[in-house]
Amino acid sequence: MLRKIRIALAAIFFILITGLFLDFTGTLQQYFGWMVKLQFLPAVLALNVVVIIALLALTLAFGRIYCSVICPMGVFQDVVAWISRLFKKKNPYSYSKPKSILRYAVLAVFVVAIVAGVGSFVALLAPYSSYGRIVTNLLQPVYIAGNNVLAGIAEGRGNYDFYAVEYWMRGLPTLIVAVCSLVVVVVLACVGGRTYCNTICPVGTVLGFFARFSWLKPYIDADKCKNCQKCSKNCKAAAINIQKGMAPTIDYSRCVTCGNCLEQCSFGALTYCHPAKGTTPKNSGDGQPADSGRRAFLTATAVATGAAVAKAQEMKVDGGLAIIEDKKIPERQTKLTPPGSLSARNLAKHCTACQLCIAECPNGVLRPSGNLMTLMQPEMSYERGYCRPECTRCSEVCPTGAIKLITKEDKSSTQIGHAVWVKKNCVPLTDGKECGNCERHCPTHAIQMVPSDPNDEKSIKIPVVNIEKCIGCGTCENLCPARPFSAIYVEGHEVHKMI
Amino acid sequence: MSKEINRRDFLKTLGASTAAVAGVSLAGCTNVKDTMAQENAKAYTDAEPSGEMTYRVNPNSNDKVSILGYGCMRWPMIDNPDGQGQIPDQEQVNELVDYAFAHGINYFDTAPVYCQGHSEHAMGIALSRHPRDSYFLATKMSNQRVPADATPEEVFRLSKAMYENSLKELQTDYLDYYLLHSIGGGDDSMAFLNHRFFDSGVLDFMVEQKRLGKVRNLGFSFHGDVKIFDYMLQLHDEGKYHWDFVQIQMNYVDWEHAAPGRNVNGVYLYNELHKRGIPVVIMEPLLGGRLSNLPDHVLAVLKQRDPEATAASWAFRFAGSPEGVLCVLSGMTYKEHLLDNLRTYSPLKVLTDDENKFLEDAAGLIHKYPLIECNDCKYCMPCKYGLDIPGILLHYNKCVNQGNLAESTTDSNYERARKIFLVGYDRSVPKLRQADHCIGCRDCVQECPQRIDIPSEMQRINAYVEALRQGTLGQETEEKA
Repeated sequence: MLRKIRIALAAIFFILITGLFLDFTGTLQQYFGWMVKLQFLPAVLALNVVVIIALLALTLAFGRIYCSVICPMGVFQDVVAWISRLFKKKNPYSYSKPKSILRYAVLAVFVVAIVAGVGSFVALLAPYSSYGRIVTNLLQPVYIAGNNVLAGIAEGRGNYDFYAVEYWMRGLPTLIVAVCSLVVVVVLACVGGRTYCNTICPVGTVLGFFARFSWLKPYIDADKCKNCQKCSKNCKAAAINIQKGMAPTIDYSRCVTCGNCLEQCSFGALTYCHPAKGTTPKNSGDGQPADSGRRAFLTATAVATGAAVAKAQEMKVDGGLAIIEDKKIPERQTKLTPPGSLSARNLAKHCTACQLCIAECPNGVLRPSGNLMTLMQPEMSYERGYCRPECTRCSEVCPTGAIKLITKEDKSSTQIGHAVWVKKNCVPLTDGKECGNCERHCPTHAIQMVPSDPNDEKSIKIPVVNIEKCIGCGTCENLCPARPFSAIYVEGHEVHKMI
Repeated sequence: MSKEINRRDFLKTLGASTAAVAGVSLAGCTNVKDTMAQENAKAYTDAEPSGEMTYRVNPNSNDKVSILGYGCMRWPMIDNPDGQGQIPDQEQVNELVDYAFAHGINYFDTAPVYCQGHSEHAMGIALSRHPRDSYFLATKMSNQRVPADATPEEVFRLSKAMYENSLKELQTDYLDYYLLHSIGGGDDSMAFLNHRFFDSGVLDFMVEQKRLGKVRNLGFSFHGDVKIFDYMLQLHDEGKYHWDFVQIQMNYVDWEHAAPGRNVNGVYLYNELHKRGIPVVIMEPLLGGRLSNLPDHVLAVLKQRDPEATAASWAFRFAGSPEGVLCVLSGMTYKEHLLDNLRTYSPLKVLTDDENKFLEDAAGLIHKYPLIECNDCKYCMPCKYGLDIPGILLHYNKCVNQGNLAESTTDSNYERARKIFLVGYDRSVPKLRQADHCIGCRDCVQECPQRIDIPSEMQRINAYVEALRQGTLGQETEEKA
């Protein structure tokens, strides 16, 4: 019964959290956005004391059910293990000794990385973020392809409820990391159940520490136990140690309270209760802080998109569409971070690179960073779209406080960068055409058009930027007709400010 | 008529049709869609055009011309195998042309610039399969595309090459009707006319071709500045040039409601030509389909009068009724257009005075609708900056027609209208080709025969789109200086 309840709850959490990463419409977010805010590490990074205390209390009361229900990576491993067991012998697991030194060492390095602000390392190990990356990079393309097929059918039937969306590969390093994490997690889950959770996962280690003192836990009555090892062989955490001549023990730091063992025991020796006498084995040990390099070097992000450029026809004929060359990303001295992130530093410190904001960004602006220090954390660019005034989606979904909730009003006066004019690309000067598209669309009226020749009021007009009024939204950069490089682009600011 | 269905219906029909496909696929039977298509087809086959086509005689050459002429600007297009744009679907063109022949159509009107420059080629292939003396061929001197800074010598050279290429593409050594294409346009229409035809001697060259018998009838097509129209007729009156025919835009809306300053009332153009005995060829009788795809309540008015007549048939009867009309052109993209028009003109039932009055009233209703006067002729295209101008304008018109243009967020149908406009916009026009990319270079303005101020329409439509996206429609927005 307990197991069934656990499975039902886990399924709800797992499906809805996965849905949050897939749903580009933001509908699920309205109702179930809180699910990602319950994630342990994001809550720690967001300094969300209420959630942290609640999760610790939950663990102290019931053991690590967080790992069995709330954590999508934990449930994902259960799903993988369950599928692999369909093809394997019945009782695949056996007790193994705790790898405490490894666990606490990893945790220590992890804590140091958080304090030192090495976001990329934090991001690599955080379970929820790993899962988010796998879904965003590997499952969302499939989901969107399915949606687009449906949108195509809807279009043919005059229905407007489904609309096609574009999917683009946002970053190669992140994709590679996602594939590698998936392979590692799947292999570990197939071979050893919850090996990842009990050796590498820092959240598992922290919660495991508290779970040892939990009020309720699976308990083996040594008098009833016949040493059949059925429970041990079905423990995916390899936490149950049953040996002849010894009292049976459970390593509660590794037990994820899944309840699988409870249904296995034919002798009524296993119960989920508050044991009268604690028989918890004790082991502990603090790791040493490890050193980590601070050299930042860039890894290639974007796969070069070869844009075919065709020469204009000799004599214009009616109809047809001009070929549009893809925009290229300008080299920004300072990377752009989304409104609400306060500063590049704040973002790097809090972000676990779960990709939720990137998966949700409806404007093609956010993509994972390729910089090693901020690897896979979001950064902005405007060649596909711009940061639209009515959208604050990334700040709504972020569970870690890396992008703090921001109102549309505050966003419209938060300066995240400023526009820079690039004379050599500007269409009035290169094509001799009246333009002013940047000025026309600037939401803060930071751009005005002035005569290019100061002595001639009638000369063709060029844009000038009032950087005090510019908020760095990128409307001008995106809508600039100059291609592949815009004649106006946004340079980021390390610290955002209100104007 | 609105064909939107809500989400539940959509999922239901989707499920039903999937089930239907799954259920009958073994038997190799039809699915829901096929049955629908069959029902549609039945409506047409019921009334296979069987009557005799009406013909008019050109007093200048005694040509017996079918009142329905095939406009070759709107052929069904397919992707060009060489990857450059699109070309007419030759198979369909051949089929439509053969069907037209079989039902008495003998006038085909093309131009070197139509269908991305491939219309003449396609017509050459389709028509050369028929005896040359069984049809009248019209094409045009489209030298409005010659660069504005070309010298008169260059204009002449390029124009002559264009004419010779027409003969080659059309696989013929003479043209029955040849037109100075779309005169009356340009910022300075008189200077533009001189540049194209008089300074360069192109018109004299055409007259010479007529003397040689390579052009049988010489005329012009007119859009825009009435000054040019009057000037051309003055030349005719003075005997300097003789126009064997003239092609004008005429339909029951433009008859007395042509956009002031941008187009000329059909009643004026027609009367001026008719009193001089110049045969009139009609273009845009249907305004690029706008008089077929009418707002619901206007359609209801037409249908109440005659439930079985299509909206298009009213427009074609109007265009064909005046006795001075030689031929009415229709760019029939699909077979059903052709069938409908054949029924209307085989034979033509001339409008009664009462029916004329009735259409005048309908024109007044249509005129009040805030539609943009785009006929989808694509003269503005390709836009150098990648916009799909007709695509944007037609989507806007479609939403106006269907009552999906909201005025404020408090409108009762706001949410629905918003969704249909925005989702439909992205479907009709790729994001990079939408109105927000218009830089206002105004290159397109002088190409537009309807003289639509395209850049301001782009900005107006984009402002509407932005208001929908930001949810600020109908709210006080600060005026930009």
